[in-house]
Order: sequence, then C-alpha cells, then structure tokens
Amino acid sequence: MKAILALEDGTIFTGSAFGARGTSYGEAVFNTAMTGYQEILTDPSYKAQIITMTYPLIGNYGVNPEDVESEKPHSSGFIIRELSGITSNWRAKGSLDSYLKKYNVIGIEGIDTRALTKYIRSRGAMKAVISTSVTDPKKLVKMAGEWEGLEGVDLVKKVTCAKSYQWNDSGKFKVVVIDCGAKHNIMRELEKRDCQVTVVPAQTTAKEILSLKPNGVMLSNGPGDPAAVTYVIETVKNLIGKVPIFGICLGHQMLGLALGGKTYKLKFGHRGANQPVMNLLTRKVEITSQNHGYCVDIDSLNKDEVELTHINLNDKTSEGLRHKKHPVFCVQYHPEASPGPNDAKYLFDEFIRIINA
Amino acid sequence: MPKRTDIKSILIIGAGPIVIGQACEFDYSGSQACKALRAEGYKVILVNSNPATIMTDPEMADRTYIEPINPEFVEKIIEKERPDAILPTLGGQTALNCAVQLAESGVLKKYNVEMIGANEQVIKKAEDRELFKKAMLKIGLDLPESDRANDLKGARAVAEKIGYPVIVRPSFTLGGTGGGVAYNKEQLEELAARGLESSMISEILIEESVIGWKEFEMEVMRDLADNVVIICSIENFDPMGVHTGDSITVAPAQTLTDVEYQKMRDASIAVIREIGVDTGGSNIQFALHPKTGRMVIIEMNPRVSRSSALASKATGFPIAKIAAKLAVGYTLDEIPNDITRETPASFEPTIDYCVVKIPRFTFEKFPGSDTTLTISMKSVGETMAIGRTFKEALQKGLRGLEIKAAGFDDLKNLDPKAVKNKLSVPNPDRIFYLKYALKNGFTVDQIYKLTAIDPWFLNNLKEIIDVEKKLIKDGRKILKDKELFWLAKKTGFSDIQIARIAGTDEVTVFEARKKLGITTTFKLVDTCAAEFEAYTPYYYSTYEVEDECRA
Repeated sequence: MKAILALEDGTIFTGSAFGARGTSYGEAVFNTAMTGYQEILTDPSYKAQIITMTYPLIGNYGVNPEDVESEKPHSSGFIIRELSGITSNWRAKGSLDSYLKKYNVIGIEGIDTRALTKYIRSRGAMKAVISTSVTDPKKLVKMAGEWEGLEGVDLVKKVTCAKSYQWNDSGKFKVVVIDCGAKHNIMRELEKRDCQVTVVPAQTTAKEILSLKPNGVMLSNGPGDPAAVTYVIETVKNLIGKVPIFGICLGHQMLGLALGGKTYKLKFGHRGANQPVMNLLTRKVEITSQNHGYCVDIDSLNKDEVELTHINLNDKTSEGLRHKKHPVFCVQYHPEASPGPNDAKYLFDEFIRIINA
Repeated sequence: MPKRTDIKSILIIGAGPIVIGQACEFDYSGSQACKALRAEGYKVILVNSNPATIMTDPEMADRTYIEPINPEFVEKIIEKERPDAILPTLGGQTALNCAVQLAESGVLKKYNVEMIGANEQVIKKAEDRELFKKAMLKIGLDLPESDRANDLKGARAVAEKIGYPVIVRPSFTLGGTGGGVAYNKEQLEELAARGLESSMISEILIEESVIGWKEFEMEVMRDLADNVVIICSIENFDPMGVHTGDSITVAPAQTLTDVEYQKMRDASIAVIREIGVDTGGSNIQFALHPKTGRMVIIEMNPRVSRSSALASKATGFPIAKIAAKLAVGYTLDEIPNDITRETPASFEPTIDYCVVKIPRFTFEKFPGSDTTLTISMKSVGETMAIGRTFKEALQKGLRGLEIKAAGFDDLKNLDPKAVKNKLSVPNPDRIFYLKYALKNGFTVDQIYKLTAIDPWFLNNLKEIIDVEKKLIKDGRKILKDKELFWLAKKTGFSDIQIARIAGTDEVTVFEARKKLGITTTFKLVDTCAAEFEAYTPYYYSTYEVEDECRA
C-alpha cells in the first residue's frame, strides 16, 4: 500500500505503508541514532512529530516490553528506508510493524530518507502530513499547511499523567517528578539511587508539591514549545530556592524561562545519540542523547544569577545551567539516555549530592 | 590541551612485509600518521623493511630507513637519530612487538626515548592472557570461563564444571601446538592427554567454547583528557569460531537493541581505561550468546588494527590520522572533523548506510591446503562495499571480489551432496552454499541451526533470492517495467545479473535502464548522517531519488 509524506512547502515523498493506516499530522524531524527506535517512538517528547530515522535499516531487533519510555508510542508518524523482514533478538516479543499497528502509528518505508533529512536540514523542521488514505498530494500539502503546528501550542497537557502516582514504594530521598511527558528512565535512574519517586501532573502547583515535603524536584522532559507551558514555568518560579531542582530537556527550557531567560526554536533541532557536549566545569566531553527543537538563549540569562555549565560542541548552543545561589541545575540533553550513551549519568548522582548537601 | 612541544622528533615503526593475516592496512595507518605528524611540525623518522609501501615514499618522512624491523636494527636507528619519542601503535603487531622488546631490553631508557600512544605495561596488560583476565574481572566484565588442569582427572573436572564444548590449550608449548575443541568426554581425554604431554610444564587451560556465539567489534578512541568515543561498531556475519579477518563483517551492528549496544559501549570504554591506552585507537571484541544475551569480552588490541582501516573508510573518521594527533597531546575536541569542518572530532560517527566487508581467499594458489576457516586467518584480501541496505552492499561486495561473481550468484562448482557439511563447517564458499540451500528448500531456521549465522542475515539473503525469483519469472519484462527495475537495483542487482536473467546482454540492459530513467546516484559518506554539510567528496554509489554528486 502506498503512503505519502507531504511537507507544508509542497514537497512530496512517496513510499510503502507499514504500521497503521490513516492520516496523521506532525512536525517532520529526523533522528540520527542508529539504535533505539522503540525508546524513540515511546518518548513522549515526540508528541506531534513525524520522525525520520536516518539509519536505513530499522526493525531488525523487533520490539520488547522492557525498552519503553512510556506506556505507548507518541510519535505521529515513522519514516524509514527499509523495514526488516524479520525480527532477530533474544528479547524480541514482536515486530515493529505489528507494534505500530497496535498503537495506531503510521509508518512509511522505501523513502530516500537521506534526501528528506538533507531537506529538513536546509529548510528547517516543517509541518507535515502523512497519509495512506488521502492520495492527492496537493490536498495533503494544503492539509499540512493548515495544521496548527507546534509553536505556541501546549502539548504537555496531552502527555502528562492524569493524576499523581507513586513510581516506587520506598527510598531514602523523596523526589517529586513533574511529569511533562517524563521518560521512564528518569524515574528508573532515581529509583536506582534510593529515591522514593512520586510523579505528579504538570498542572500541580508549587504549594501542592511542597506539601509533599520532597527532598528534591525533577522537572521532566516533554514535547513542544516551552513558552506555551506557562503554568509549569510559574510553578518552577515558586519552587526555586525552596527545594533542590534538576531539570532535563523541556525541564531545562522551563527553568531557563523561570529564571528570566528566553527560548528560541532551532532550525532543525538536535535529535540523535552522538551529540558532543562539553562540561565547562571539568572540560570533559560527554557524548549525549538529545531530542530537542527549542533551546535556551545563553545571552538572555542573568549572568549574576545563572552560570552556563555545558555547551554543545557542534553548534555551541547552551546545554546546561546552574543557579549560582540555589541548588538548581538543568541540562538540555538526556542524562537518562535510553536510547543513547550513558556518559552523563553522573548528573543523577549530582542531584543526590545537592539533595544531601 | 595543545600539542606537546617537549618532543621534536618521533620514530614510527612500520609493519614490514605483507603476509597472510596482515596486508597493507598498516601502510595506510602509518602513512596517515607520518602525514599528520609532519603537518604538526614534528620530525618523523620511519623504519619499514617493505619498500613497496606508500609510507616509504621519500616525501612521507624526514628520514626513512628501509631496514629489518627487529630490535637490533631499530636500536641502531635510535642511536643515530636520537628521536624523542617512539609511536608503536600504528604499525600492527610487528611494530608493537618490536617496541616492547626495545623497552624491555632498556634501549628506550638508554636513549631517553618515550613511548607514546601506549607503553609496554599497557601492551602487556592487553596481550598477556592472565593479566588481561585479571583486569577484565576487576572492572566487572564477563569472560569465557576457564581453568587450569595438570592431569586428566583435573581436566575432566574442569570440563564438567564449564560444560561442553570446551577449548583445550596447552600452556607453554613450542609453536602453540596441541590445542583443540572437545565436544565430549572422549575428545577431551584425547586432547588433554596430548596437551599435557606437549606442555613443557604439564599444564593445560580448559576454556568455555563460545563457538557459534554472535561476534561484535568496537573501534574506540581515547585522548589524554580521558575522553573516549566509539568510532564504529561491527557485527560479524560469521559467528565466533571464524577469524574476524576471514569473516564477512557488517557495520554498524545490526541486531543489537540500544540497551545491548550501550552495554557494549560502556564495556569498551571501561576496557580502554582499565588497560590504560593513553591515546589513540583500540579494537575490542565481544561475543554474545544468541539466546541469553550473555556478553563476554574476547580480546582487545591496544593499537590501530585491521578493523581500524575498515572503520575509517566505513565512517569517514580517519582513525590513524586522529590517533597520531592524540599521541602528541591534542584532545579530541581540539581536532576538527575534516568532513564537516565546523564540528569537532570529539563525537561518534553515525552512518546512514550499510557497510559489508567480504574476505578474499586464494586457496587455488595453495593446492592441498585445508580450506576450513578457523581461528587463524587465511584470507589474503577483502572488499568493502557500501549500500543503502545490507542486500545491496553484500551484492556489491561479492561483485568486487573478482572471483567472477557478479553478485550473490549461483556458483557452478558446488557439491550438492556436501551442502550440510559446507554450511556447518565454515569455508570460503559458504556464502554461495547458503544461496544453494535457500534456493533448494532449506528454511532460514534450518540454516541457522547448521551455521549459527544470525537469522537477520539469512533472511536478507532469502530476500535477495526472492527478488531474483521474481525477476526470473518476469523475464524480459524488466526491461520495460520501471518498478521492477527499481526493485532489482535497490536489492543490489547489477546490469550483468539482470542481463543474465533477462536473457540479453549488459549493454541492452544499460540502454533499457537509461530509457526508464533509472541512473546510479551517489551519496556522501559524511560521518553524521546528513546532520551537517559535508565538504569532502567521498561518495558511494546506490540507487535512490537524490544524487549528491557535485562533479
């Protein structure tokens, strides 16, 4: 069955359908990781995005129940060069094709994904539509153009948990995770470090969070435009100085905004598992897992209050901040990895250290 | 860190003659190092006994000695040239051995020559089985189980404990003779008896066999600031039991989930740190149990290896050149990526294609030799092919072998009666027996049981055959059918193969293809899967929508 990807600027890519059938909207982005498609698909930060994998051979090791970052895939489409005709891994419990069918994610294979990637690189992330039912390209282009897109849209409310829950029953440190679309590995890493984790909806107020008497607060990753999530920024403002805070990805952006900084949209974002980041405090290089389309403007921050701790060595954008007075720090990339390198796991130890301090 | 200014002249040891098991890959790495170090202003002194190398071209080094690579001659060169440092990690095992001998005999100390890249303790730790095992256990890595025995009773007990099959290796023999694989008690007793006799100290090592496990390699680099990056992962088509040099190998790894890949990545980083390679590249091999996922470390080469040349070409990351720069004190973040210019070398290449390396054998030149592939290397060369899919790259690679195969062909001289044996016992024609078997009713599962080749690879072979069957059924139709022609091209079929199937000649196929508007496209090898613009024109051919060739 034919499937079409239409970009808002009129560009069309045609391939064969796999996974679910239908029509779906999203921002067309690419990810350069060679492994970890299941983690990528289930990362809530990909809400309203159509992901192109630059690595051409996908589905080789199937899917399994363990390598998930949330209860289901969130991506609105999945574009690859070749879907594996077989699933080969001792942990596999099913094929990628049936997984995407089950969770209603449309896939396209047989596309020149390198050409598409270069296109996104030169024109920037674009609004797009993916369809197996609408076959008129012109109509699809029009539909893509008319979609609301990501800018100024609050996507967090679509992926946050409905009510708070306990991730695990016991632990030395009480940590509250503000769930803006949190990847499960954030909670797993906290649990490993003897934390008792409570996950709360993004709408939870600072007062409600503080009433839980946490030793630390984790601001999770999440999808979309940070500036649109005003209520979390407000919460963060009211938490700074009252409890140790660690922010990841969207959490980093919201901390940046809460500290008076500005965010802006990157042309095509950073999505992959090979991004070099320098820790400016140790001058060491970490290879990091990244997935972000927005970024904190370094120059917008008050240098007396906030210190830049990490930068991306590829494009010199901000990758980490810390407050000079309060126990507050954050990174733009994913120390929880999953998928990607474990080089930055030390940041979770650092969180425990400031909780203990 | 800036480059070192306390050293001015560096001695590079080449790899010597080309032999089976060591071709010109170390000429490549040595030449890269000479060029990189001279560009940095160091005086390069080179010794290599092989004049038929690029590195011994007069303009490659400041001083070139075409002399035997042994401690006596190299000492004379050191005495005369008085280099400040010696870089032994780019000339393969020959160079490494020679440098270790010079260190142990005190020559380096006498002339105050510093070994850079890796010193003799590091090399010993990586190469001495006992020291290596101790180091790996220290960092919590798993190895094949093993124990020593001094008599038959002890041997039986160890084998029972480990479980058959086991590898029997006599300790301290002349020429390493007397070892083998025992699949049962009878074989063990025979091998153990022979081994105990041939061992000068009546001792044998009994080791858990990992034959048939999945085999992987990681190419790792480290700098003086302790930054470590993985350049490339490689998965072997042929499972454990066949020397990597004799295996079909594929980059990147194909059948590992991210969890398993990261576990291997973490282990690789821990290994290079624990062994203590200061700067440069190392190659680390792992075996993985296909049913349980148990990962054991097999070995590490504390130097640029055969796979490094492959990994450099496969990713666009010049391992030898960067290794030379790291050896003189630069850190990875200080070295620009030549291909993207704007990004640093402190990253991990990501690729958007599949690379297949296929060994080339010439047993016909050695009549009577045993063609069984084992743990000692027998191939004399290799092809490397890049395609957008494994199927395309494999067909290209086979085509390049110059053995009159135009791709994944039907070989004429196969012995139908020997198929099962030719599948289960690795041999140079196994890839073609795989085709025969798949075409003649063997299922992927049956073949997996005979070969232990991962079903992912076998299924890809089957998919090539399925396309071929379709092409045969449609005959000459392909010449006018664009969709069918695309399918053939994307599966890696050459015009010659298509001509054969369509019952015509290559020129007719070429003309028909042109008429259908299907032309070769060229894609860039850019280290970054198109995330950044590439400035170096390094291309591979494929069949896709976009052609990136600027020529």
